[in-house]
Amino acid sequence: MTAKWMSVAEIKQKIGESSAEEVTADYLEAIKKSKINGYVTVSDRALEKSKEIDSEGHKGPLAGVPIAIKDNISVQGLPNSCGSRMLENYVPPFNAHVIEKLIEAGAVILGKTNMDEFAMGSSTESSYFGPVLNPWDLERVPGGSSGGSAAVVAAGEAPFALGSDTGGSIRCPASFCGVVGLKPTYGAVSRYGAVAYANSLEQIGPLANNVEDIAVLMDVIAGHDARDSTSVPEEKTDYQAALKDDIKGLKIGVPKEYFGEGISPGVEKAVWDAIHHCEALGASWEEVSMPHTKYALASYYIIAMSEASSNLARFDGTRYGFREAGETWHSLISKTRAEGFGDEVKRRILIGTYALSAGYHDKYYLKALKVRTLVKQDFEKALSKVDVLMAPTMPNPAFKVGEKIEDPLALYLSDVNTVPINLAGVPSMSVPCGFTDGLPVGLQIIGKPFDEPTLLRTAYTFEQNTDYHSRRPPEVA
Amino acid sequence: MVYENPDGVMIGLEIHVQLNKLKSKMFCGCSTDYHDAEPNTHTCPVCLGLPGALPVLNREVVKAAIKVGLALEGEIAEETQFHRKNYFYPDLPRGFQTTQYDYPIVSKGKVVIEGEDGEHEVGIWRAHMEDDPGKLVHIGSIEKSKGVLIDYNRSGMPLIETVTAPDMRSPKEARRFLDKFRNILEYLDVFDGNLEGAMRMDANVSVYGGTRVEVKNISSHKGVEKALLYEIMRQKNVIRRGGEITQETRHFDEARGVTIGMRTKEEAEDYRYFREPDLMPMKVSDWTPKIKETLPELPDAKRARFIEQYGIADMHAKALTSKIMLADFYEGVCKKGTDPKQAATWIADVLLGELNYRDLVISSYDGSTIGCINDKDHSIANSTRVADMVDLVALFTDGKISDRAAVEVIRTILDGEEEKTPLQVIEEKGLFKAEDDLVTKAVAEAITENEAAVQDYLGGAEKSLNFLVGQVMKKTKGTADAKTAREMLVKELKG
Repeated sequence: MTAKWMSVAEIKQKIGESSAEEVTADYLEAIKKSKINGYVTVSDRALEKSKEIDSEGHKGPLAGVPIAIKDNISVQGLPNSCGSRMLENYVPPFNAHVIEKLIEAGAVILGKTNMDEFAMGSSTESSYFGPVLNPWDLERVPGGSSGGSAAVVAAGEAPFALGSDTGGSIRCPASFCGVVGLKPTYGAVSRYGAVAYANSLEQIGPLANNVEDIAVLMDVIAGHDARDSTSVPEEKTDYQAALKDDIKGLKIGVPKEYFGEGISPGVEKAVWDAIHHCEALGASWEEVSMPHTKYALASYYIIAMSEASSNLARFDGTRYGFREAGETWHSLISKTRAEGFGDEVKRRILIGTYALSAGYHDKYYLKALKVRTLVKQDFEKALSKVDVLMAPTMPNPAFKVGEKIEDPLALYLSDVNTVPINLAGVPSMSVPCGFTDGLPVGLQIIGKPFDEPTLLRTAYTFEQNTDYHSRRPPEVA
Repeated sequence: MVYENPDGVMIGLEIHVQLNKLKSKMFCGCSTDYHDAEPNTHTCPVCLGLPGALPVLNREVVKAAIKVGLALEGEIAEETQFHRKNYFYPDLPRGFQTTQYDYPIVSKGKVVIEGEDGEHEVGIWRAHMEDDPGKLVHIGSIEKSKGVLIDYNRSGMPLIETVTAPDMRSPKEARRFLDKFRNILEYLDVFDGNLEGAMRMDANVSVYGGTRVEVKNISSHKGVEKALLYEIMRQKNVIRRGGEITQETRHFDEARGVTIGMRTKEEAEDYRYFREPDLMPMKVSDWTPKIKETLPELPDAKRARFIEQYGIADMHAKALTSKIMLADFYEGVCKKGTDPKQAATWIADVLLGELNYRDLVISSYDGSTIGCINDKDHSIANSTRVADMVDLVALFTDGKISDRAAVEVIRTILDGEEEKTPLQVIEEKGLFKAEDDLVTKAVAEAITENEAAVQDYLGGAEKSLNFLVGQVMKKTKGTADAKTAREMLVKELKG
């Protein structure tokens, strides 16, 4: 039996019975047959690495377990393209902190997954390497920006994956592809080695076919790293210990603002069904209000684009990456950036530059920071009364490839339920909670800072009592 | 006397000081000891700004900055805050510099200098921490360069930028400020001013209360003085001819001694400052009192103590404390039992004068030897030992050698190829003072052999006595003490 779609526990059992090599070979075989363009780079070293694990008898918690890595997380020796022409041939000379942890744990890196260019997008259509297709409907987008990571997990081309989430980039594709995704609390996972889009907002996080595997991965990647000053020196959390099938007494808040105009009826129904299901499992729910939600989107985009305009300044063709020759350094850098970046990246750099410019800084950037504080206070207030918040991850199921790419504003608007979480820095999960017109719907569970255990317990309980997570996309099965 | 400042000159300085005595760079573990290294060998993903690398603030940089702030009598911030200063330049690997913006680590300090009309206070507006970019190496001169090489060894070096109020009224005051400022920093042991690029200065200057012009990137104190002299003259002449001074940034061409326009205010860059999201504020308010306790004695306090403790003249105390290495050397000599006043004279007046004459600046002191390097050519080095100075002063005060001989000993040691002790030099050159009877004999001979001169002197021609002294010196081959010889001649002739 192929290892495709197996849980980590099942894979470990299979490795014990046969070999890590066989498991990795199964996944490489699935990748070879792929229809979804999920990987930018498949590692030539994966099979060799799995053989090493077999021969050395690695004792790590992920010994021989394959994993896919979003292409903005540095893996030494593999290109780190960030979905961009700019970094198509950039190979980092160092490993991200999370990659060090994975290697220590014995994981086998299958390859680097496709993504929106520099993580800017919600559809993975802005990748220089072409769009990723949704395994549930090959005419649709997988969400983004970690669309590759979500799609390969859904398609059985990796048991689990790492993504990054700046404004929903893990949760959105998890929701569209029917997999589980977690954006950890800001500071829970080191960002060292992840290419920054908007530093103050983003976190690396796991995507998997089930909640247990999310916890397994968190136990490996989370924890303090002195190389990331924003990494919080919390005591080590035992994420797997949180996996209990029990939410009796759990208080759920339902923010009415997250069910606003434009929400698809199918999504609304699936999410309410899930909330009621939790009620049936012993939880209680109440409506809560988060009045600043409507300003979150504008605040998010101003902050993210402002930070991005600075973060992406280093790509100037001088030291590494794409270079277009020029007569002078100024013409070199202009041409390099004109040719090396795609439209969406340029749009965000321009808007961010504008928002930070003298005369506009206070009007836009500073105001956005003030709104951010208010949004954060909304969460503090709401989460002082309830244990978790539940809402739709995305207001709609996956849309068609090309449907929104020409209308950036419509695309930005679809992030309305995910970006407030990044502004507040709180943890949030998306778990499969149903289908509408054959497309997966994601339930978003939001928690208090560093209360991932409660999120995991809630998600686990819901998963144990439903079967959405075990359904497989027919087109790639 | 009050300095009138006839041209209404106002000078403010911005000084970048590299904290090159710290072990590692500002945001990474790379060594700061790159000055003799191959280009691009002291780098890592962080200081090369590779995508994904993150900065971690070196606490020692903050401690050094607080030290500087306390020495400048400034207010110290409660916590560190960093901003990004965004601009494109090939030496800037991330496209922004990490600096401090509206909440610098130090604000409102002051330095008292020897001004045009006595003690003069120069206000310090702020001092903040920032990282140094890499270094561009032009192939040929900056204007005609055919190409540029980039060395990132310097990238990420910790800097402290100090901004003064426009309180200096002449290029000389600016120079004095810089000398004093550098002296203070050397007392704090946070930087070595002799390393290349350790101190870089921008000078703002205006005349008659008019528009100010900034002269950027001057690398020496003398350069600042020269640039300001030229710039003041230029501005005065523009106004004299009926022109207007425009707000602009100018470059100082050290070789030609002129300032050249670079860009006007309209072309000024918008740096789009915003808080650095990768660095969390670091609370330092509880560090400050502890650092204050460990602050070393500073130049002004040391100067006062030297006067008090050693009974030396203020002029000597000032000269001796003008460099921490020199002050330590002096105290090293005194500790060996040397008379402090004599030591002060021989070190501050004679040794320092001889060093200046040879363009030697003091660059180190290891407890037994003071090291010097040539200001114009760093490959030329020299040194003076405490033990030698102790012996020399003792030989002089014991009357074994004349003052002239003592000076010659110092010169011989400084100019000699081989290391020699004062005693060796004295013996080799026969510089011991002559015995008294030898001098008596020479005096008697000089009188009998020079009848005419004797008569002239007795007739009131004082100059003739000089001739006779010269004769005595000649007869004793210079070993006689001139003063003694003169006294003996006078006694002999006038009874």
